[in-house]
Amino acid sequence: MLINYPFIAVFFIASVIFPFIPLIMGYLVAPKRPTEGKKSTYECGLEAIGDIWVQFRVQYYLYAIAFVVFDVEVVFLYPWAVSFGQIGVFALIAMSIFLLILVASLIYDWRKGALEWI
Amino acid sequence: MDDIVVQVLIMLVQVVVLVLAISTGFAYLTLFERRLLARMQNRVGPNRAGPGGFLQPAADAVKLFFKEDVIPTLVDRGVYLLAPALAVIPALLIWAVIPFGCLNIAGDYQACFADPATNPNLHNIFQLADIDIGVLYLLAITSIGVYGITLAGWASNSKYAMLGGIRASAQLISYELALSSAVLAAVMMAGTLSTHEVIYQQMTMWFVIPQLLGFVLFLISGTAELVRAPFDLVEAEQELTSGYNAEYGSMKFALFFMSEYIKMIAISAIAVTLYLGGWNAPGLELLGSLMTGMAGPLVGSIAVGLASFLVFLVKVVLILFLFVWMRASWPRVRYDKLMYMGWKWLLPLALLNVAMTAVFVVVLPDALIHSVALFVASLVVMAVAYVVSSRVKPAPSRSRIKMVQPEVPRRPSS
Amino acid sequence: MEFVMFFATAAIALIGALAMVLSPNAVHSALFLLLNFAAISVLFLLLRSPFLFAIQLTVYAGAIMVLFLFVVMLLGAERADATQDRLAWQRPLALGLALVLLIEAVFISVTTIPQTPAVASPEAEAFAAPANLGSVLLTTYVLPLQITGIILLVAIVGVVVLNQRARLRHSLELEQK
Repeated sequence: MLINYPFIAVFFIASVIFPFIPLIMGYLVAPKRPTEGKKSTYECGLEAIGDIWVQFRVQYYLYAIAFVVFDVEVVFLYPWAVSFGQIGVFALIAMSIFLLILVASLIYDWRKGALEWI
Repeated sequence: MDDIVVQVLIMLVQVVVLVLAISTGFAYLTLFERRLLARMQNRVGPNRAGPGGFLQPAADAVKLFFKEDVIPTLVDRGVYLLAPALAVIPALLIWAVIPFGCLNIAGDYQACFADPATNPNLHNIFQLADIDIGVLYLLAITSIGVYGITLAGWASNSKYAMLGGIRASAQLISYELALSSAVLAAVMMAGTLSTHEVIYQQMTMWFVIPQLLGFVLFLISGTAELVRAPFDLVEAEQELTSGYNAEYGSMKFALFFMSEYIKMIAISAIAVTLYLGGWNAPGLELLGSLMTGMAGPLVGSIAVGLASFLVFLVKVVLILFLFVWMRASWPRVRYDKLMYMGWKWLLPLALLNVAMTAVFVVVLPDALIHSVALFVASLVVMAVAYVVSSRVKPAPSRSRIKMVQPEVPRRPSS
Repeated sequence: MEFVMFFATAAIALIGALAMVLSPNAVHSALFLLLNFAAISVLFLLLRSPFLFAIQLTVYAGAIMVLFLFVVMLLGAERADATQDRLAWQRPLALGLALVLLIEAVFISVTTIPQTPAVASPEAEAFAAPANLGSVLLTTYVLPLQITGIILLVAIVGVVVLNQRARLRHSLELEQK
């Protein structure tokens, strides 16, 4: 199995190079006649007003934290998913406790309104 | 020594052919989608360039190459140029572990159908690398896919692009959770993370039957992961004027386009591998034994290889058809509803599916019985979910604008 | 071959880390950190642990870095002026601590490396197989696993608290309008 990783390495190199081929080709053949108008930031044909950065909802950030937490929990489930056929009832109970904690945190998040989009 | 040289040569050929095949697949997927969408909307679609529009993708490519390469003044140049590449690279990398056929160049075709644990003599050139964490690799690479869009939004230094980028990353991470939990249940059925072995485990029954719920969840969250309609809030034309790629033109735009379509084929391929039996179809083994009997083991394994590739292709095209059909049928969802759907429907349902699978597999050890039981349970869960979701009142709109019935002055009765 | 791979990846990891610290723009820093994480995941692969390779990519590169980027973008922190360093004692303290860490690392590597084989063994490979990790996690290390679950639950409580504060501020702003 580990013998197959060189393939991935070579494929990785190929796929890193790949997107730059059209970029460079495009750069070589495309006309370049920049004007101020073309190079300005798009804003529906108007002059851009104010700072680019605007206040974003804190909700985006909270979703990101919740995502990190649940992602870690789901990652813990993967080794169990592979082995749960062989290992006994004890492991099943242990994992169901872990799953229950996961579900509890989801329910808590939900009931406290952290999943609401203000 | 010669052996190693041959191996390396085969590897290089495989890599190059794979990359070329993916880019051709991307080109023709755009034509496929445009023609199909046109049919669904009672139009004709692009049909002038070549027979049936066959040369349209080439014409598009040439056009994009000769478009002016504008780089706006205010962008962060490095990240701005890097973002399209960062979008394409993960989309390509997904393909490293997907088996799109089984051609055993070591000789006999039987190795494709034998238990991989006891039969290590398989050298399948239709799969780049069969690694023991294949499914996790897929999820890891998908999770890297966030960066292209997010950074494009940030580097553009434009309000629309920034909003599109932020929306995209929140959407992608929310649905990634549902996606990986849905895949988890399929992994539990297979008991392995190797993609080839997942297909071997489906020789008797495709996982779409016991994992019907998982399959549906996978397709929904997969569509969201692709930021395709009806989940294409990221580029909502009406409000964000194409969002994260508003400042991108020429080849740089083409790369974003390309990454979306390559990912679309890849997600379809993952769905086929995990749920629809991969390259396998009933009758392949028969074909193998017939051809081996007639013309020897090498011809037999080549016949099986080509036939299995064809089977894989047909299945992938079916799922791609579904994706295009979805795009033609559903309007875009509202952003808060999108988030609710990911967190309050898909994630709990996926966790329920995991629990269900665990309980049924342990309580009913017989594969056939627990598969049927899971199938029935999936149907019940989906029916209940449908009823509940149609009874829940739609969330009130946050806007303070109230819709009032305009008062129409009555006509004086004559 | 593996030796070459190790040094190449380690060099990339180091360059990524250094560039992350030195880059003035916070988003660029985040990108360099991403490079660093990716290189470290390859190091796990070289240590015959493909599972940790995938986890490192999924959790660190795919989740935690997204969170970092979010914070930077949402706060507009990449525009923060780096010259206004209010904590004047921070820099010397950090340098001192880094020196202590360096000495420790050198000491440990000098004293212990000869006893432990640097090359990953087949036993390590068998141990790192996902199925084996799963069974070990649920038998030998079942208590740490549950504690991890609890810690993650606490993190969720943190999210809820933050959320309620945000909600309160939001409603106050609405009232003022």
